Amino acid sequence: MNNLIGLLVAAPLLGAAVLLTGGRRLDRVGHWIGTALAAASFVVGAVLFAELLGRDGDDRTMIQHLYSWVPVGGFQADVAFRLDQLSIVFVLLITGVGTLIHLYSVGYMEHDERRRRFFGYLNLFLAAMLLLVLADNYLLLYFGWEGVGLASYLLIGFWQHKPSAATAAKKAFLVNRVGDMGLAIGIFLMFTTFGTFAFGPVLGGAEAASEGTLTAISLMLLLAACGKSAQVPLQSWLGDAMEGPTPVSALIHAATMVTAGVYLIVRSGAIFNGAPDAQTVVAVVGAVTLLFGAIVGCAKDDIKKALAGSTMSQIGYMVMAAGLGPVGYAFAIMHLVTHGFFKAGLFLGAGSVMHGMNDEVDMRRYGGLRKLMPVTFATFGLGYLAIIGFPGLSGFWSKDRIIEAAFAKGGTEGWILGAVALLGAGITAFYMTRVMLMTFFGEKRWDPAEVHPHESPRTMTVPMVVLAFGSVFAGGLFSLNSSFVNWLEPVTSYEHGHPPVSAAVVTGATVVVLLVGVALAWAAYGRRPVPVTAPRGSLLTRAARRDLLQDDFNHAVLVKPGEYLTRGLVYLDHTVVDGAVNGTAAAVGGLSGRMRRLQNGYVRSYAVSMFGGTAVLVAATLLMRAV
Amino acid sequence: MSTTADVHSLWTAAADIHLAADAIQAPKIEYAQLSPTLIVLAAAIIGVLVEAFVPRRARHGTQLALSVTGLAAAFAAVVTLAAGGHATTKAQLAAMGAVAVDGPALFLQGTILLVGILGVLTFAERRLEPAEKGGTLDSFTAQGAAVPGSEDEKQAVRAGFTTTEVFPLVLFAIAGMLVFPAAADLLTLFVALEILSLPLYLLCALARRRRLLSQEAAVKYFLLGAFSSAFFLFGVALLYGYAGTLNLGGIASVIEGGAQLTPALADTTGNDALLLIGGAMVVTGLLFKVGAVPFHSWTPDVYQGAPTPVTGFMAAATKVAAFGALLRLLYVALPGLRWDWRPVMWGVAILTMVVGAVVAVTQTDVKRLLAYSSIAHAGFILAGVVATSPEGVSSVLFYLAAYSFVTVGAFAVVTLVRDAGGESTHLSGWAGLGRRSPLVAAVFAVFLLAFAGIPLTSGFAGKFAVFKAAAEGGAGVLVVVGVIASAVAAFFYIRVIVLMFFSEPKAEGPTVAVPSVLTSTVIAAGVVVTVVLGILPQYFLDLAGQAGVFVR
Repeated sequence: MNNLIGLLVAAPLLGAAVLLTGGRRLDRVGHWIGTALAAASFVVGAVLFAELLGRDGDDRTMIQHLYSWVPVGGFQADVAFRLDQLSIVFVLLITGVGTLIHLYSVGYMEHDERRRRFFGYLNLFLAAMLLLVLADNYLLLYFGWEGVGLASYLLIGFWQHKPSAATAAKKAFLVNRVGDMGLAIGIFLMFTTFGTFAFGPVLGGAEAASEGTLTAISLMLLLAACGKSAQVPLQSWLGDAMEGPTPVSALIHAATMVTAGVYLIVRSGAIFNGAPDAQTVVAVVGAVTLLFGAIVGCAKDDIKKALAGSTMSQIGYMVMAAGLGPVGYAFAIMHLVTHGFFKAGLFLGAGSVMHGMNDEVDMRRYGGLRKLMPVTFATFGLGYLAIIGFPGLSGFWSKDRIIEAAFAKGGTEGWILGAVALLGAGITAFYMTRVMLMTFFGEKRWDPAEVHPHESPRTMTVPMVVLAFGSVFAGGLFSLNSSFVNWLEPVTSYEHGHPPVSAAVVTGATVVVLLVGVALAWAAYGRRPVPVTAPRGSLLTRAARRDLLQDDFNHAVLVKPGEYLTRGLVYLDHTVVDGAVNGTAAAVGGLSGRMRRLQNGYVRSYAVSMFGGTAVLVAATLLMRAV
Repeated sequence: MSTTADVHSLWTAAADIHLAADAIQAPKIEYAQLSPTLIVLAAAIIGVLVEAFVPRRARHGTQLALSVTGLAAAFAAVVTLAAGGHATTKAQLAAMGAVAVDGPALFLQGTILLVGILGVLTFAERRLEPAEKGGTLDSFTAQGAAVPGSEDEKQAVRAGFTTTEVFPLVLFAIAGMLVFPAAADLLTLFVALEILSLPLYLLCALARRRRLLSQEAAVKYFLLGAFSSAFFLFGVALLYGYAGTLNLGGIASVIEGGAQLTPALADTTGNDALLLIGGAMVVTGLLFKVGAVPFHSWTPDVYQGAPTPVTGFMAAATKVAAFGALLRLLYVALPGLRWDWRPVMWGVAILTMVVGAVVAVTQTDVKRLLAYSSIAHAGFILAGVVATSPEGVSSVLFYLAAYSFVTVGAFAVVTLVRDAGGESTHLSGWAGLGRRSPLVAAVFAVFLLAFAGIPLTSGFAGKFAVFKAAAEGGAGVLVVVGVIASAVAAFFYIRVIVLMFFSEPKAEGPTVAVPSVLTSTVIAAGVVVTVVLGILPQYFLDLAGQAGVFVR
């Protein structure tokens, strides 16, 4: 059974290899090959899940050791996979949502002449992402981590003819590099501390390490998570990443890859548990991002960018939960999974709208689409209810638990984090209602002569419907008898948090805040018609439209000084380094020319030099004895 | 030659002493163990007879077949001896203690024989030189005795004479080279030195083109060689005075104080001044042969003037033989003097590396460039010699094997690039060669990279081995200087590559002749050895490591 684990990765990897090297003759069937292999991987995942279900709670870890990857003296890294309760959750999410999005892309990318390549990249992404969550040591995880970064880069810039897409891809790549450095340094620290990369010894031995070391490793891992999961301060790439095709936004930049940071923190829970200061930093980063993303989401008129802000914000919830320690790990993952369903569904819905609206993304040019796109409206609507945490739907169950856990942190910290989480829930309700109203309700603000909105083909709607089911029921299912938490507990450990007020009060407050948010949005966008050109807006709105000035900040604080430094270094290189190099070369040349003159062609001179040389040699030998 | 007379008297004197002490004994000669040398000598003598009795038309083919067969048979004999354990467990002194049959000797003899075969093949190449009447010509003058430019010469050319004497000459030289690294007493060493040198002087004078340059080179080589031989012999005399024996092992035991001194020489034996001066002078003679600074000045002139096949052969094989002799002298006879000669050899090694590398930078002639490069390489090898450890010996053995094949191959490529005046050795003619003849340029680039010591070539493995041995032997300074010199050297090697591949070809530049299978074989063998030793050096390093112990 253990040998099946490798197949999970191998199937999409094979797909990527075949599609990317197969050439044009695969153009007609390439997308089906890619989809089939993704589905195959899902089936394998399901089989393995069934196997795990049949085992005892303590016995649910399966290891497949493939081969010794880097055996150099004391430096040992294996290609080995670990399938346990945590990774199987990811495997099912990645392959399940991945397969649906493959299917969706068949329709969505129908008119793109590079569709085969697109599916190749998607398969490459799946393989890398599965490698990331299945790796049994940090080095292999790093390999997967870089692999998803590569796939993300390739897919953001997939429409490379658009300069904006190329720039966005580059931006994502560069910002991620900062985080990847963190991961690399974190792994170095692990190796020097524990002498190994493997999860077992590292996480098992974490208790023995000093708190200072653990804090350092934790902060480095947090940096990595910030890059991959678009958390403040490395959040700036996610909005621009929406330049990629919408299925990519749904799969990579909403459901799976951007949650890798959360996975990393939860997986490394043993390390974070030993570093309370780092945990506080994690929670604060999550809380800040939660508000940051939500505020940005309120101001964006581009539907995908609004959703991107929302993604950032929701991952903020997860990171905050992960920062709470064993109280929150399980809920972080639970929210991650429910979010995977409803956010992927929302993105696919957005893609469906764009598909029907000639790739228009400005919501101010939408309006009144609910009758023209009934399936999209229904599935998007269910996703909307799920994300704002409407009682009974998926988002409610997972988000409510995070808010409770935040309050349960205790003390001032607990109150602040809880309040932020609660406020975030209200803002979420506001901006999502805004998206909903601007897109599907109100007057139509598009020109019927130019645009002919229509429902999308079956390959696109079926995945949306499936995801909508997940959005509605997953949360409830997970919460039944706390099944999800119990499932994860052997890996992540779990402590029940006790909020200072009763859980019912928290839930009540959440629902109230949510209704206030919806009401405010209704007042702003439902009662009044939406202007086609955006009003100037308040200072905050204008800042939020510019992503709260993130790029201006980066430019002023990082890019400018960097440029000055570079210029200085170039100057230094030209004058000092080149001067030294050229000077040396000139000196050698000059010396050579001078010494060459000794070679005058006369035997008598040569003989004299030999005689002199012998005399010196003899004298030197005698001298050596004398000394 | 008065020096020879001196030697004679010394020899007989030494013999007299022996006679006085012992009863007359028939010398015991281990013919089997000496067979490599004897086979080559026999082939050389048969070669002389061939010159006398075989019709002119058939001589070239006969000589070529004879030489290659002889050398191959000798190589087989070396392999047989090595396989029979003579390199390790059964290593001993043969021929009354005159010749050592041990690991280093057999390893170097094998190398010399293989290089010799390649050298003979380049000697026999007859496709490159365009002949007047559709015939085929080799690189050697029609008649060595004819004055250059004279009517005699023209007649000889018209008659189609060829100097097939080069084959026996090179066989004699090789025989000398085989004895040189194996000689276990100073007199045998001297005899071997002369046997290998004299034919080389002659060969240098036999170029078909630019004969005056060729003859000038030969005369210079001869004069300076004789000069250095005089030093060598003087040193031998002094050492005899010190030790009362010519045997290398015997000298070592006198230095160590464990030997019976000869009563007749009681006045001088044990006089350290004799030992130090004599040792330095003998070393001088050997340093001349390897081309170490300040005894290097003949190298560029001779390398440039000699016929290119001869240059390639002697640059490779002489260096192997001479370093073998130097190793044996320093490790067998003078190890007790280590702390006296090491600093001096350090100085010589540093000077050699620096001067070779620096002066090569401004050379404009390919053959002179390679000459200076060979000087720099002598310096690198010396760094391994002064390591005074078994690793030092084996690293030097490996380096010599690697270097000799690269050298033979590189000079073989030089013979291909020609214009109306013969070989076009000026570097300006090589510009853009990569566009006209990508294969030839690429092959030459491989050799240059090996000279420069770029990884995946034999040059890197060799350089790494000697520097490692030197560093472990405490000669860190040498390694630093060596690496810097390598960097300087890399400049001019790479410059040639840049010139070949990234410059515009000259309008009336040289053409690349298409060689026969002979030269092609040589070049191919050079490339294969260079790459194989570069990628898989371990087997050969182990082989050299096993051969790293001298018998005393």
